[in-house]
Amino acid sequence: MSELRLSRAVYDTIRAHGEETYPHECCGALLGRSTPDGWWIEAAIRAGNTRTDSAHNRYEISPAELVKIERESRRRGLSIAGFYHSHPDHPTQWSETDLAEAHWLGCSYVITAVANGKAVATNSFRLAGDTEENKRFEPELIAVKDSAS
Amino acid sequence: MTIFIPTPLRTFTAGKDAVEVNAATIAGALDELILAYPGLRKHLFTSEGKVRAFVNIYLNDEDVRYLPAKEATEVSPADTLSIIPSIAGGCQPR
Repeated sequence: MSELRLSRAVYDTIRAHGEETYPHECCGALLGRSTPDGWWIEAAIRAGNTRTDSAHNRYEISPAELVKIERESRRRGLSIAGFYHSHPDHPTQWSETDLAEAHWLGCSYVITAVANGKAVATNSFRLAGDTEENKRFEPELIAVKDSAS
Repeated sequence: MTIFIPTPLRTFTAGKDAVEVNAATIAGALDELILAYPGLRKHLFTSEGKVRAFVNIYLNDEDVRYLPAKEATEVSPADTLSIIPSIAGGCQPR
């Protein structure tokens, strides 16, 4: 099973974002470095949820904002390693919608369940496969560490 | 001009996050990219040669699909193209 490593600060940031936007879904990008042991996430960048029509159960990050996030990642010498979003009053399990709308093969998708305004569980899933036709989510361990080593 | 490659497609560009191409238009730049890295083709284009629906192409900060000339838009060496796969989802079943 692959492992997603991140600092306590990044982990708490992701979860806090979900609490702040409750009862709507939050979303954002994860910036990190690729190491022999997998991704080390150095930053979580908040993004706007453009699905204002259904924010309680849908999210979308505008491509225009992603262009800016990628620019920022280059400035920091990092890469977009994945994304995070929350499930208000819903389990931390990827949905059919999550899979259908996932296109960043090899990247991590982190989901936080927020129940009654409080972050409960946070899980990560790697988008495995090498084409749209064989893509699938595989569970990933989250390792909260003090540093990349 | 520079074409920025998103994380999931770097496997097909020998790990490069940016590729330099010489082209007069957006379409020409993408053709040069595919010529250099043929493995990208099926990830960016349908079998009919159209950009896949979930692939967003930005010329600097503008979405190519909303430019008057779309992929026929002329480009300069200082311009950049960003390839951005869509990000969306949610707990709602489809």
